Amino acid sequence: MTTDEGYMTADGRKIGGVLMEMKNITLRFGGVKAITDISFDIREGEIRAIIGPNGAGKSSMLNVISGFYVPQEGEVWFRGKKRAPMKPYEVARQGIARTFQNIALFEGMSVLDNIMTGRLTLMQAGLASQALWWGAAQREETAHREKVEKIIDFLEIQHIRKTPVGRLPYGLKKRVELARALAAEPKLLLLDEPMAGMNVEEKEDMCRFILDVNDEFGTTIALIEHDMGVVMDLSDRVVVMDYGKKIGDGPPEEVRANPEVIRAYLGVEHA
Amino acid sequence: MLYREAGDFKTSYVKDSQTFPIKADRMAYFALLAVAFGVVPFLINDYWANAVFVPFLIYAIAAIGLNILTGYCGQVSLGTGGFMAVGAYAVYKLMTTFPDVPILIHVLLAGGVTAIVGVLFGLPSLRIKGFYLAVATLAAQFFLVWLFNKVPWFYNYSASGQITAPERTMFGIAVTGASTPAWAKYLFCLVILVALAWLARNLTRGMIGRKWMAIRDMDIAAEIIGVNPLTTKLSAFAVSSFFIGVSGALFFAVYLGAAEVGEAFGINKSFLILFMVIIGGLGSMFGSFAGAAFLVLLPVLLKNVLVGGLGWPTDLAAHIELMIVGGLIIVFLILEPHGLAQLWRVAKEKLRLWPFPH
Repeated sequence: MTTDEGYMTADGRKIGGVLMEMKNITLRFGGVKAITDISFDIREGEIRAIIGPNGAGKSSMLNVISGFYVPQEGEVWFRGKKRAPMKPYEVARQGIARTFQNIALFEGMSVLDNIMTGRLTLMQAGLASQALWWGAAQREETAHREKVEKIIDFLEIQHIRKTPVGRLPYGLKKRVELARALAAEPKLLLLDEPMAGMNVEEKEDMCRFILDVNDEFGTTIALIEHDMGVVMDLSDRVVVMDYGKKIGDGPPEEVRANPEVIRAYLGVEHA
Repeated sequence: MLYREAGDFKTSYVKDSQTFPIKADRMAYFALLAVAFGVVPFLINDYWANAVFVPFLIYAIAAIGLNILTGYCGQVSLGTGGFMAVGAYAVYKLMTTFPDVPILIHVLLAGGVTAIVGVLFGLPSLRIKGFYLAVATLAAQFFLVWLFNKVPWFYNYSASGQITAPERTMFGIAVTGASTPAWAKYLFCLVILVALAWLARNLTRGMIGRKWMAIRDMDIAAEIIGVNPLTTKLSAFAVSSFFIGVSGALFFAVYLGAAEVGEAFGINKSFLILFMVIIGGLGSMFGSFAGAAFLVLLPVLLKNVLVGGLGWPTDLAAHIELMIVGGLIIVFLILEPHGLAQLWRVAKEKLRLWPFPH
């Protein structure tokens, strides 16, 4: 059902061409193979899930995408170009933002400052002009503050704007982290277990935000998640990994019926 | 008038992000500036200038500098004394080589020289953190002091190995040298402190300050969202060293007049300024001032009470004074690990709600 021009989803959204393509990725840590020869693509505008049991290599895969790990074999193609091995901050400049499984916010800074850091790749004022806080630097700061305030409104965290992040409860921290990633206006947003450790209401909120982000900003999203209900509801296509190998790839209903996937999750039936 | 933000509505983001968002704070700040510039210079005498005001102003500059590096960017440094020495020797060489250039330019250039040296010694911070970086900067401290002792070119081959500040003027008034009036020393340091504090405040609230804090709070996450750790850490070293270099230049040229490097800029100086930053509050501009004031004023106060008030012999008082200051530092750190700045913050928070705390 996928062509080079994209496809239509079940709910009638148009999915575009290939944004990122992983070709035959293999990642080793010493003698341990975390990822073995995996290929898949992420298309513009879609919500792509990576699932699998514990230790399947999902987070390693995300780290390869975000440039934190450099695979020993294979190629990463982003926006039609092969990506040379690069530093994580250079990957960020290309338009890939992410959140972390264990929240990685800057605890000593306010919510507003945390989200403003998300825009640092978009800001240009030099050291001297920032030191004087006059003219260009102040105008730039104000313009970006406006953008950040839109995201704050969008994620409904106006009331904690000036609170130091260290004082926030877990669910809100997750939301602030999403806000920081969104502030970068990424082409591709990576979410590492966005619902981990949340209660039902917080999960529902988070699902709503993920769908809204995709819908309103057209952001392409790749996410790792353990909650099968969430994954099946949210995502357009799912990659299933087990022991570092890809065992399934396709729309949720197709993956759900895949016998390999059932075996990985539920175990083998012994006669 | 009550200490409130109620009724003081912010209608633009510029107003919302100003340094003193509460009106009473702004007024207190301007009043303080008015007193510092308009009243103190007319009342000041040699004792007050040399015992209290000038050292406070100079140490405040150094404390802001170290606070940028350690408090904002999270890089521990024990090389502050050495970097102050770089500022002092740089200004000495500049003063003696180009006697006709205004002293202010020399002081700023000395800061620039120190910034370059600071960046050089900051390079190891890219690979090592925490205690290990502290040890690496300790090496800078000892190396720099040794260098200024060992190479006679730095002290112009003087027989004593000391450097002595010749008389230099601003607008025809002596700022360095033996015949400098107390108010001139005070005003010169005050102008530089106010200007530098303003620059530091702007840097720390802007994007560069956020990058520093991001590196401090979680360097891996900072890198993933696009902070280049190399340029960010080195910019912190450069800015911090500039401040410390300026303070070293003033300490030698304006305050001491003559200096021997091991005595004036030894490891004790590094610790003194680190204590100021820790007691004042890491990552706080107010803390830099409070810490400098605390450690400059407390010994003077104790001396006046013990010798002047109780009539103790000076040698006994000097020893007791050290013990009391040390004890107070420990008490402080146990009661309020985040320093005077945190106490101030809590007090303001209480004051905002007073007298109806709910």
